[in-house]
Amino acid sequence: MAENQTDTTNTQEIIPFVAELTAHNQAWVSGATQALGESTIIVPREFIVDVCSTLKHGYQFNLLSDLCGADRGVEEDPRFEVNYHLTSIKTGKRLRLKVLLTEDDPHVNTVTDVWKTANWHERETYDLVGIIFDNHPDLRRILLPSDWDGHALRKDYPLRGYEPYSLT
Amino acid sequence: MSVSTSNLPTSQYEVIDQPLDTQMTISMGPQHPSTHGVLRLELILDGEIIVKATPDIGYLHTGMEKLFEYKKYQQGIVITDRMDYLNPLGNNLAYVMAAEKLLQLEIPERAQIIRVLFCELQRIASHLVWLGTHAIDIGAMTPFFYCFREREKILNLIEAASGGRMTPSYFRIGGLMMDLPSGFENRCKQFLDNFPKALKEFNILLTGNTIFRSRTQDVGHISSEDAIDWGLTGPSLRGSGVNFDIRRINPYTGYENYDFDVCVENGGDVWARYLVRMREMEESHKIVKQALSRLKPGPVKADDPKVSLPDREDMKTHMDSLIHHFLIVTEGFNVPAGEVYFPIEASKGELGVYMKSNGGPKPERVHFRGPSFVNLSALPTMAEGEMVADVVAIIGSLDIVLGEIDR
Repeated sequence: MAENQTDTTNTQEIIPFVAELTAHNQAWVSGATQALGESTIIVPREFIVDVCSTLKHGYQFNLLSDLCGADRGVEEDPRFEVNYHLTSIKTGKRLRLKVLLTEDDPHVNTVTDVWKTANWHERETYDLVGIIFDNHPDLRRILLPSDWDGHALRKDYPLRGYEPYSLT
Repeated sequence: MSVSTSNLPTSQYEVIDQPLDTQMTISMGPQHPSTHGVLRLELILDGEIIVKATPDIGYLHTGMEKLFEYKKYQQGIVITDRMDYLNPLGNNLAYVMAAEKLLQLEIPERAQIIRVLFCELQRIASHLVWLGTHAIDIGAMTPFFYCFREREKILNLIEAASGGRMTPSYFRIGGLMMDLPSGFENRCKQFLDNFPKALKEFNILLTGNTIFRSRTQDVGHISSEDAIDWGLTGPSLRGSGVNFDIRRINPYTGYENYDFDVCVENGGDVWARYLVRMREMEESHKIVKQALSRLKPGPVKADDPKVSLPDREDMKTHMDSLIHHFLIVTEGFNVPAGEVYFPIEASKGELGVYMKSNGGPKPERVHFRGPSFVNLSALPTMAEGEMVADVVAIIGSLDIVLGEIDR
């Protein structure tokens, strides 16, 4: 195997794992893919806290490496997605959870009770993409000034912003 | 000479009769010599003890993640230099390897060895800045100059290879920008031969120093469970006893072939994190030596003409190389649709790149999980209950770079 080709030993093998997860509750997994050596599970947004809690306590995914939101496109439906990148420090396995959200209801429950590090990541996602995390202890902007209008990473937000670019 | 208070104008502010019973809110403002950048800490103090510490960031936010979506993949490499500006080659590597994973490219062995060599040199350089600034914040001024003198040598090596000291952009999707200049191996070997002596000097100055120890031991303690819960990675996590190094667990660019130890300390305080980084510099020195000894002549760019720029001579003489060069530079290359999360062990922790492609020449979403961003979120846990003077030591031990926090 060439040295930089994808090594699947460090990602959770998806099909048996999905079977285990759905044994807890059939509705937890609405899709699963494995590509480029990485496993992705699509979770409906109502169950994200349960799934995360089970993964942390039952399957040793104790580190939330990253939580990032993305705008899939103005015309897409569902428009937004939130990606949770989980890592297990003991076994070294990685897993991605994905929650898809529509434009008119971009709410999802916070996972701050499961991993404290989600606090800042969710604030950043709220700030830049505009996804609202319900029951977050402190949901306010983190990178942009607190009186900023709009969510800068959305696809319909212009690159140069709205304020006129003036040289004086 | 006593001043009569009867002629002074009455204050418009309420005079507090019991000043020792109230808590004071101060802003360890964005402009501060010891916050390592434009970081604002809102501290609520009860006397000298910190009751609540809230970091306020965003003063260096430049919208890099949005910029990536408007630039072709190879144009994004220069943006990555400016994130963690003390570890630019690490940022370059993470971005480039994420794109290579999407493209499923095979990187030649010489390029992989040189990547490891430069990443470890960059790790040493980053830790030298950490050591110098941490020591000078605590009050020891001499190590700062010694560390920057050693770092100067590393920056000269990086400049010889890539043309830039702090913004090298040396790696490309598919390999390197160009091969090492002639004489590089000798200069690198010269640096490596002198470095252990410099490390010994730093240890003499700081590790045995009673004042340094009493300012760093039992300060800013964080347990290993809290550290994992707050997402700490890198030396800050290994200082709390957790053995987690991405070079060992999810190896990339050939790290599985090198012999090095993962440095772990159990204290969980500033002193433990100091020891971890000092030992990491020794281990990086070992890795660079091994990498240097393994260099063999060979290509430094992947064999894919649609992705790697051709050699100049080739481009000037062959028509197809000229066409490929033109297309890569003007239109870029299409990266197959997909998403990838590529973590590397940067000098500050887990630097992860989440890259999503929709099949075009520009990425759809690039997100950098900056280790300093996550490490800083653990600051309130470490600083609450400590004295004001310890905040400086704690910030120094977290080794934050605002460019990475704010992007």
